[in-house]
Amino acid sequence: MILKTLNDLTAGQIAEIGSFKPTLVAGRRLMELGLMPGVQVRFIKSAPLGDPIAVDVEGRQLSLRRSDAAQILVQSA
Amino acid sequence: MQGVPVATERKLQRIALVGNPNTGKTTLFNCLTGLRQKVGNYPGVTVQRKSGFTYLESGKIEVVDLPGTYSLAATSPDERVVVDALQGEIENLKRPDLVLCIVDATNLQRNLFLAYQIGHLGIPIVVALNRWDSARKRRIKIDVASLEKQLGVPVVPVSASRAEGITELKEAASAALDTPPQLKLPEWPEAIGDAVSAAKAKLDQFGKKALRDEALVRAIFDSDSQPLIRCGLTKAESSEVLEAAKKALFKGGLNPANAEAVILYRHIKAAIEPCINDADAVPASGSESIDSILTHRAWGLIAFLALMYFVFQSVYSWAGPFMDVIEAGKGWLQSGASSLLDRWPMLQSLVSDGIVEGVGAVVIFLPQILILFFFISLLEDTGYMARAAFLMDKLFSWCGLSGKSFVPLLSSFACAIPGVMAARTIQDPKARLVTILAAPFMSCSARLPVYVLLIGAFVEPSYGVAFAGAALFVMHFVGAAIALPFAYLMNKYVLKTPAQPFLLELPAYQVPQLRQVLLRMYAQGKEFVNNAGTVIFAITIVIWGLLYFPRSEVVQEDVEARFYEGLRDATGWSQEQSIEKVERDVALQAQLEHDISSTYIEQSYMGRIGKALQPIFDPAGFDWKITVGVIASFPAREVIISTLGIIYSLGAEVDEETADLRERMKAQEWLEGKRAGQKVYTIPVVVAIMVFFALCQQCGATLAIIAQETNWIWAVVSFTFMTSLAWLASVVVYQVGTAFG
Repeated sequence: MILKTLNDLTAGQIAEIGSFKPTLVAGRRLMELGLMPGVQVRFIKSAPLGDPIAVDVEGRQLSLRRSDAAQILVQSA
Repeated sequence: MQGVPVATERKLQRIALVGNPNTGKTTLFNCLTGLRQKVGNYPGVTVQRKSGFTYLESGKIEVVDLPGTYSLAATSPDERVVVDALQGEIENLKRPDLVLCIVDATNLQRNLFLAYQIGHLGIPIVVALNRWDSARKRRIKIDVASLEKQLGVPVVPVSASRAEGITELKEAASAALDTPPQLKLPEWPEAIGDAVSAAKAKLDQFGKKALRDEALVRAIFDSDSQPLIRCGLTKAESSEVLEAAKKALFKGGLNPANAEAVILYRHIKAAIEPCINDADAVPASGSESIDSILTHRAWGLIAFLALMYFVFQSVYSWAGPFMDVIEAGKGWLQSGASSLLDRWPMLQSLVSDGIVEGVGAVVIFLPQILILFFFISLLEDTGYMARAAFLMDKLFSWCGLSGKSFVPLLSSFACAIPGVMAARTIQDPKARLVTILAAPFMSCSARLPVYVLLIGAFVEPSYGVAFAGAALFVMHFVGAAIALPFAYLMNKYVLKTPAQPFLLELPAYQVPQLRQVLLRMYAQGKEFVNNAGTVIFAITIVIWGLLYFPRSEVVQEDVEARFYEGLRDATGWSQEQSIEKVERDVALQAQLEHDISSTYIEQSYMGRIGKALQPIFDPAGFDWKITVGVIASFPAREVIISTLGIIYSLGAEVDEETADLRERMKAQEWLEGKRAGQKVYTIPVVVAIMVFFALCQQCGATLAIIAQETNWIWAVVSFTFMTSLAWLASVVVYQVGTAFG
């Protein structure tokens, strides 16, 4: 089974954060910002040049690069 | 001070403002302190230190505005400062008596995370529930009384942007200083106690005295081990201590990487649940619908480019008239001082060419700095700055920078000074440093006169107007083309610290407050004048001295004698007749004066340095006169035009459009050496000079500002690197150009 990551979502899709790959450097900071396992996120859009992306985390907009998003596993909510 | 018993004088109490970025912390700070602010740096780091005073019932209180942070698990110097300040680890900055924790009422859960971390340090807290107006508007109902009960500390609703609730906040702070309120903290699971004991045992083993428990918990949760290293442990020892603690956490079923976040968020959720009712809350939809245009695939980019064009056009054109006024004022002061001090030539020159020039050199930057920071404050306060970084990030991520570098680099095309200062908007210290070092490569407006002079005099006559225009365009991007690969190499090979993840909050759009914008402009301008200003002034005086001394009377007498001799040979007049003619003929007088000043410059220390250094610049085809021009323009590159004017005996009042100067330059020939008889200004030389000016760090003011924003080492690095690169590039251009002629 191919695991889906935050990077694979498309505009408007909602998913629940599963877990972080151990290679993710930004994990701690993401959790402090409220983006942690169990939380629902909505993929808002990607920047005009394709990277970074914007996601909605509990009513707040966060932007992160695709390389980081690709290390965050999600499951469809 | 007689009669005042010192012993009863209360020590100055200190309140620290702490909060997430984008919560209106600075606005609240301004509300509390007004203009009673002090801005500086924290020792050893380039984090801005802001403090001020406010008056409570109990008297005068110091207010410290700590940098915005999401968490006490510090990952950047900014955040390190917050943690250290709260633990009393910063020199001359005692642990605060009270923390005003600014919490965004529309985002209570996440903002309280930081409040709980502070609570765990044992510092008394008052919560300022900011954005109360937005919360009400969005129908987020918060029961303040029950929130106070849940948290155990005073909670004061505030709308800092409208200055509402400030009096109540001050009252609460005043009361809290008398009876310090402590946040009701969640019970740490047993495993954390075990981890602390394990860490203590290890510390004991290394013979180091234990930290306070709460500091140890912080060290266990934090990603870096600086607190342990600071109390005398080696890196290996500190990681051994942390390993022991983490093992204990694992044993207790906790994951050290997320334990703090999981425990605190679970507690916060439960604590605020009964106090908050957002059942019919309106989502902050405004921002997303604005963003559907402003970060749109096509419209977003168009709007961005249009906005940037408008901002920099404004910086450029609005500053123009002010700069003209400053120039005129400087000229007026100089001529006034000259006529007043006519009898003391040295003092006259010191005042008008040294002091007035030096003050002018500082003040001339103020219009651009103030106008740029007007727009930067506006862009940041509305929330657009984060969108700009979002839009532009892709362009910069490949070379280790981020979208936040765009505005500082673009503004450096007008002037690197405000550009370097604008790099303060970049939180990642590494990206900020690289942006600061790349900024002086951007073609600033002071390079323009050099290009206009040389292209106008030499390129246009040979290749036509279209080619000249293209050459001017290309020259503007020589620096930028070098700077980005330079940034890439810097990041890859010099600053090998791991990159910080790019995480950007896109805050809700807001209407900016004019008062806040003006205060920010004022603070930036004041800081520039106080810090960089003094250095720029000193450099100007030193250069004046190098150009003025030694000034022996003999030089003037020699030039006069030669001048009259020349006249006699040309006209057959006697010595007396010549003197009489010159006294009556203004043009001849001016010619004589210009000859004297050009000889003085040749004789001056600067002239001697230029001649001594000419062999270094010989491979680039520069003669000693160009070398003097180049050396004299190290403090400020635009000086080259007036220096060439003096050297070519035209006086200092030439500009890049002066036809005489162009003619003089075209006529220059080598007098001696292997190129004797050839023209000095061939096309390869002209291009070499322009490339040199494009790449060289010829701006004392920029160096001063780099030193102010980083430290002197980086200013020296910038100077050495850019100057060597400029030399190398101009030699290559000249040699290749001459070889292919």
